[in-house]
Amino acid sequence: MSQPIVDVSNLTVVFSGGRVPVKAVNGVDLKIAAGDAVALLGESGSGKSVTLRALMRLLPEKTARIEADRMTVAGQTVLDLPKQDLTRYRGGIVSMIFQEPALALDPVYTLGDQIAETVVRHEGVSFSEGRKRALDLFERVRIPSPQRRLEAYPHEMSGGMRQRAMIALALACQPKVLLADEPTTALDATVQIQILLLLRELQRELGLAIIFVTHDIGAAVEIADRIAVMYAGRIVEEGPVRTLIREPRHPYTIGLLKSRAHGAMAKGGRLETIPGSPPDLAALPPGCAFAPRCTFVADSCATIQPPVVQISPDHAVRCLQTDATQNAAPKLIEQD
Amino acid sequence: MTFSSIPVGNVKAIEKSEGYWASVLRRFSKDKLAIAALIVIILLIAMALLSPWISPQDPYAGRTLRRLRPIGTDGFPLGTDELGRDMLSRLMVGARMSLLMGVTPVLIAFCVGSTIGILAGFVGGKLNTVLMRTVDVFYAFPSVLLAVALSGALGAGLGNALLSLTIVFIPPIARVAEAVTTQVRSRDYVEAARASGASAFTIVRVHVLGNVVGPIFVYATGLISVSMILASGLSFLGLGVRPPEPEWGLMLNTLRTAIYVQPMVAALPGVMIFITSIAFNLFSDGLRSAMDVKS
Repeated sequence: MSQPIVDVSNLTVVFSGGRVPVKAVNGVDLKIAAGDAVALLGESGSGKSVTLRALMRLLPEKTARIEADRMTVAGQTVLDLPKQDLTRYRGGIVSMIFQEPALALDPVYTLGDQIAETVVRHEGVSFSEGRKRALDLFERVRIPSPQRRLEAYPHEMSGGMRQRAMIALALACQPKVLLADEPTTALDATVQIQILLLLRELQRELGLAIIFVTHDIGAAVEIADRIAVMYAGRIVEEGPVRTLIREPRHPYTIGLLKSRAHGAMAKGGRLETIPGSPPDLAALPPGCAFAPRCTFVADSCATIQPPVVQISPDHAVRCLQTDATQNAAPKLIEQD
Repeated sequence: MTFSSIPVGNVKAIEKSEGYWASVLRRFSKDKLAIAALIVIILLIAMALLSPWISPQDPYAGRTLRRLRPIGTDGFPLGTDELGRDMLSRLMVGARMSLLMGVTPVLIAFCVGSTIGILAGFVGGKLNTVLMRTVDVFYAFPSVLLAVALSGALGAGLGNALLSLTIVFIPPIARVAEAVTTQVRSRDYVEAARASGASAFTIVRVHVLGNVVGPIFVYATGLISVSMILASGLSFLGLGVRPPEPEWGLMLNTLRTAIYVQPMVAALPGVMIFITSIAFNLFSDGLRSAMDVKS
C-alpha cells in the first residue's frame, strides 16, 4: 500500500461521562488505500460507529477522549485540526452517511436546498450554482426525475430514495473518503442491494475510499474489498474479503460465519450461535476480550493481550490460537 | 473528480412541488373554524386602524343628559357609557389600544424568549442551567400577579404596562424554545450537518431555527389572547391606559358601577375581549394543526 488515504494507528476512545470510564475503542489500527472499500464488521457496542465518529471528530468533546499515535486522513492530522479547518475537513475531505435517512435529512428544507446550502457553504459559489450541483448529484445517484425530486421534502420520498439523496448530500463537496454508518440497516432487503450496488459504482467512478460499518456480513461482502472484524473496541481480524470468508482465523470471525443461516447450514440443522454476550467495556479483562466466549480458549488467553499475527502479508489476526483455528472455518457452499 | 451531467431522458415539464409554507396554507384554508377566526381578527384590525374615520361619534365627547342609554338608542346603536359617550365609537377606538397591548408584548417576548431558549438549549451545560433557572424564577409567579407587581413597581402608564407584560411572557416562550431546541439538537440531521462541516452558527441558523420557529410561533399566537386579558386587567386596576383614552379593560372597569342600571352596555367591552381572545386562540389552534407536516 503506497500512500494510505486513511492511516490510523493505536486509536483509543474513552468515554468518561458515566461513573466508570468506558473504553469504547482500544487501539484500532487501520490503513486504507485511496479508492478502497473497507467494511468494519462487528456487533452492537464493538466500537464500529465510535471509530467512524472519531475519524470525523464528531464525538462530544467534553466526555469523549480520543487518542491515537497517528490518525491522518488525506495527509491531515485529524486530532490537531483547528476549528475552522475542521469544518472544511468535514464534508470536503471526509463525509458521512447515516443509518436512518429519514432522520438525517432536515424535514423543513427541500432536498435541493439542503445540498445547495452545503455546496455554497463549502465552496462559496452562488446558490444557483449549488442547485446545479445538486441536480448533477441527483442524476449521479440515479434518482428518477431528479429536477422534480430536488423540490421534494424528505417525508415525500421513499426510504431508498431518501438514502440516495443522503448519499448525494454526502458527495456534495467531492470528498475523498466516505464513511457509511450502517446505511442499509433501515432499508428493505431489495432496496439494500440497490444502495450497495450504487455505493460500489460511485466508489469506482469517483475513486472514493469507503469505510462501511455494518453488522451484516452479506452487505460487507457485497461492498468491500477488505473486511475488518471488530470486537470490544479492537480489530481482531483484517483481510481481503475472499480470505476472510474462506479462511477466517479468529474464533470470533469463525463464530460469526457459522451463525449465518446462509450457506453454512445443513437442512434441518440448528443455527449455531456464539455463547455468552459481549464484554462490559468499562471492565475489560487483561487478556483477550473474546476469551470467555471462545471455544479455542487456552490458559494464556485470559492473561495475555494477543498480539497481531500476520497470516499472510494482507491477512492479520489478533489471536494466540491461530494454529488451532487453521482448519476450523465453516464450509461455504460454492456460489460462483 | 468532476460531476459531468449525465443526460436525463426528456424531463420536459418541470413541475414544482409545493413548498412548505404553501402546504401549510393549503391545510389551513381547509380549516373552516380557523379561517373564521382569521376573518374576525382581520376585521378587528381593520376596525382598529380605520376607527378615527369610521367611528360614528366623537369617542371623547360626553354629555350628562344622555348617560347610560340602552342598546338600540337612536344615534347610539350600542348605547352610551356613564359619561354619555357613544359606546360604539369608544369600542372601535379602544380596539387600537387593546390590540396593541395584546400583540406588542408577545412579539417582543417572542424575539427575546426564543433567543434565550435557543441559546440555552443549543449550548447546554452551565449556560443552560443559569439561563433556565433564572427564567424559572420568573415563571414561578402567577402571571397576573407578576404583571400587576411589575407595573405597580414601575409605575402606571402604557409603556410600563407593555414592559411588564413583555417580562411576563418571556419565561414561558423561553421554556418552550429551550425544550424544542434540546429535541432538535439531538436529531440525526444536526449531526449530519456537523458531519458535512457546518459550523455551530450555521447549524443554529439553518437547522435549529428552521425547525424551532414554527412551534414557538404557534405557542406565542396563543399567548396574544392571554396578553389582552392581562392588559385589560392592568387597565382595570388603573395601571395601564389612563382615562379618558378608551381601552376595553378600562371601559369594563369604569362601567362596572352601571352594572345594575345598564348590564348589557356594561358587558360590551367584556364581549369584545372575549371575541378577540377566542379568535386568536382558534387561529393559533388552526395554525398548529396546519403546520404539522406528518398529518
